[in-house]
Amino acid sequence: MPTVSLTVNGKAANATVEGRTLLVQVLRETLKLTGTHVGCDTSQCGACVVHVDGKPVKSCTVLALQADGCAVTSIEGLSQGADLHPMQQAFRDCHGLQCGFCTPGMIMTAVDIAKRHPEADEATIRRELEGNLCRCTGYANIVKAVQTGAAAMRQG
Amino acid sequence: MNHVANPTGIGASVKRVEDLRFVRGKGRYTDDIRLHGETHAYIIRSPHAHAKIAKIDTSRAAAAAGVVMVITAADLAKLGGLPCGWLIHSKDGSPMKEPKHPVLAEGKVRHVGDSVAVVVAETLAAARDAAELIEVDYEPLPAVIDMSKAAAGPALHEASPNNQCFDWHIGDEAAVKDAFAKAAHVTKLELINNRLAPNAIEPRAYIADFIQATGETTLYTSNQNPHVIRLLAGAFVFQMPEHKLRVIAPDVGGGFGSKIYHYAEEAIVIWAAGQIGRPVRWTSDRSEAFISDAQGRDHKTVVELALDKDGKFIGLRADTLANVGAYLSTFASVVPTILHATLLAGNYTTPAIYCNVKAIFTNTVPVDAYRGAGRPEATYLLERVIDLAAIETKRDPAELRRINFIAPSQFPYQTPVALQYDTGNYGRTLDMALAAAKYKDFPTRRAEAKARGKLRGIGIANYIEACGIAPSAVAGALGGRAGGYESGAIRVNPTGSVTVMTGSHSHGQGHETTFAQIVSDKLGIPFDQVDVVHGDTARTPFGMGTYGSRSIAVGGSALIKAMDKIIAKGKQIAAHLLEVSDQDVVFENGAFTVAGTDRKKTIGEVAFQAYVPHNFPHDKLEPGLEEQAFYDPKNFTFPAGTYICEVEIDPDTGVTKVVDFTAADDFGRIINPMIVEGQVQGGLAQGIGQALLEHCIYGADGQLLTGSFMDYAMPRADDLPMFKISTTDTPTPCTHNPLGVKGCGEAGAIGSPVALINAVVNALSEFGVKHIDMPATPQAVWRAIQTAKSKT
Ligand code: FES
Ligand code: FES
Repeated sequence: MPTVSLTVNGKAANATVEGRTLLVQVLRETLKLTGTHVGCDTSQCGACVVHVDGKPVKSCTVLALQADGCAVTSIEGLSQGADLHPMQQAFRDCHGLQCGFCTPGMIMTAVDIAKRHPEADEATIRRELEGNLCRCTGYANIVKAVQTGAAAMRQG
Repeated sequence: MNHVANPTGIGASVKRVEDLRFVRGKGRYTDDIRLHGETHAYIIRSPHAHAKIAKIDTSRAAAAAGVVMVITAADLAKLGGLPCGWLIHSKDGSPMKEPKHPVLAEGKVRHVGDSVAVVVAETLAAARDAAELIEVDYEPLPAVIDMSKAAAGPALHEASPNNQCFDWHIGDEAAVKDAFAKAAHVTKLELINNRLAPNAIEPRAYIADFIQATGETTLYTSNQNPHVIRLLAGAFVFQMPEHKLRVIAPDVGGGFGSKIYHYAEEAIVIWAAGQIGRPVRWTSDRSEAFISDAQGRDHKTVVELALDKDGKFIGLRADTLANVGAYLSTFASVVPTILHATLLAGNYTTPAIYCNVKAIFTNTVPVDAYRGAGRPEATYLLERVIDLAAIETKRDPAELRRINFIAPSQFPYQTPVALQYDTGNYGRTLDMALAAAKYKDFPTRRAEAKARGKLRGIGIANYIEACGIAPSAVAGALGGRAGGYESGAIRVNPTGSVTVMTGSHSHGQGHETTFAQIVSDKLGIPFDQVDVVHGDTARTPFGMGTYGSRSIAVGGSALIKAMDKIIAKGKQIAAHLLEVSDQDVVFENGAFTVAGTDRKKTIGEVAFQAYVPHNFPHDKLEPGLEEQAFYDPKNFTFPAGTYICEVEIDPDTGVTKVVDFTAADDFGRIINPMIVEGQVQGGLAQGIGQALLEHCIYGADGQLLTGSFMDYAMPRADDLPMFKISTTDTPTPCTHNPLGVKGCGEAGAIGSPVALINAVVNALSEFGVKHIDMPATPQAVWRAIQTAKSKT
């Protein structure tokens, strides 16, 4: 079976995989990084979003082999040490999560939105969240969190 | 009412404790748990809605690489069926038809997705591969999908030749008939309440671990009520001693009702783990969830409202067909009956009400409680027929509602459909909502929209719900097969911190925060010294779990009772230490004080003496400071409120946009306003989803046509507006629980669908559209416009 070499959250990681193994399986099962979640099987919910070479991807829709040689950041790699990343902090401060299951994917998407649209308005954020489903919050506080987190990242 | 003194007490928007792990990806959901030596189960599901199983050949699968075992119904002969928790009697006195719900299909499949066989293998991939090798010979039968044609058969279950589960009624039929005979006006409406998929984003997941040495099984389950699962699995399915089964519901990614029930897959992993002596795990994928998670709603109703010449409601009649799907799920029978028809008085003084509910078996996924459970259905039909009556009798919909309100002076108010409301002030929430929504200025906004070529509509709905389920004796009298209490235990640790053990379960509600606030508030100890333990039958007292917006009202009240015992004992210990009599000691701000002096002992000092009892009243007390309480509610609680929705419709495309949404709720006393607002926002999103987007559609052959997120329209961020929510104003605290709380988890989903449909109909009023069924998709709205146009 082939091997993939990745840099995950700054650390080198190798895994033996099948051709059909998904990136999310390597993260969750091989590397035990269970913060990345799986909420669907049609690439719709975004619970699995991680950053691959700085771009947000749905890790349920990427073969592990496709990510060979890439740098992956998962929710666990977003903040180092005791402090939260400004976007993590904003989700907590704005009550942008309830059950927490969509949250890792939401936050990884939100960080990317903030990078591309540092001063995004409500309509832009709602449109940009199109690939992330949350069943708990009704999105209002997620939108606020993205705005608040983006502002904090700007000041960063 | 809000304590200013304690910034983490009752009434404070304390940031959630649980978020610290969730935002870092450190939550521990069932599928995150990995056990040594574990195996993977894969379920072979029926592709047919209705078929006989002529033969199952598992021999090739059993011999495949990596396969540990293959299971069919024949292996499970000793297991009982999955039980139903509520016995309903038909109006002729006969008990509901309760056919066996087998763990694996026995000779017949009854819905697409019915579980037929199981492969347990070393890896999930191996299990899936082997499943391909199982040969099942099906002899397809015609599918029963349309409830109104179900009696024609074929019968799903031998026990129910006409596919009817029960024919139940409530209310005074003769009195209603008299009222209609006297009526100045009768409004009649036929409507459906569309079937929904709950779709918690975490799919269901189970792991069972059997320890040979002790004979104990541990079940990890994404579930809302672990003790109930232990009872149902232990006593009904396995007939195993309860103490040999430990059920852990760790972090759970949303429930909305769908994770109350005892599902076949739980029984499968428990059984298989016992057979092979290794852990067995199963996690649903989303496609499986659509065909195996209990779904919600699915009613067809004819409702009639009788009004006198002044617009007073004098009679209400509702005739409902309720789809229960292929088997009776855990609470399937109580949802369309007790939780539905008893709410038909709504917020009004209608003196005569009658409701008939026929529950029908069909070849579809079982239907059970989904956020609101029966109450959204009741609210929908009542508030729709009232709106139509307002149109027909040319009255303002707000005023027609107002003149029929139960007045604040009429509480406690006995409705004609069994419930006694303890308190409420419906005019107050109506006024709050009308003001916040700027109802008076609506004509200006409509005209402005019209100038842009858009149709603007406004819709009002009041709701009331019965929460805090339930007084056990009442539940028992109505057919409930379990109690309705909740448990709570408070352990003041030797160093003064507190461990709270609750039978409630949090799967997004934030109990680790709100329950800690209640304790911090009452015991006067810092919030961060309180730890809330839930979701483990080995660590918490027997409790009924979380559903029906009951946790704060019932579980929170249990904590108050337990803390009262702590304080009572603490007073005696402090009196001993301070050498005064018990009566002289008062407890305030975390200290036991000799009344009128500054002599005191903190709760920490008292706790230390309780565990290091060198100077202790051993003659009258036992050491330790830990108390447990069970709280059985005296009545339901009755949250109520008014929702106003404003929509804009593009007449060319039929696209409806929610442009404004106002919610004014009376939840009684509020523990954490931030969390309560979040609960309302989430409920509104689900209700708006129901009214605008979501619908489980089955083809005539019983195939689910909306079986993925590609086909089933979940509300997304850009489908929804910001909401105007006023919940912190709490006009009427609950009168019968110690916290004065009513519950807030479901209101949003109960009141919003009908407010939205009322707004759509209002927007389309210029075409004479009287009703539109949910969901008001662009196609449905466009068709309604075209049909209306072609008639004029
Ligand atoms: S798991 Fe749903 S999009 Fe990846
Ligand atoms: S917080 Fe539960 S799905 Fe988003």
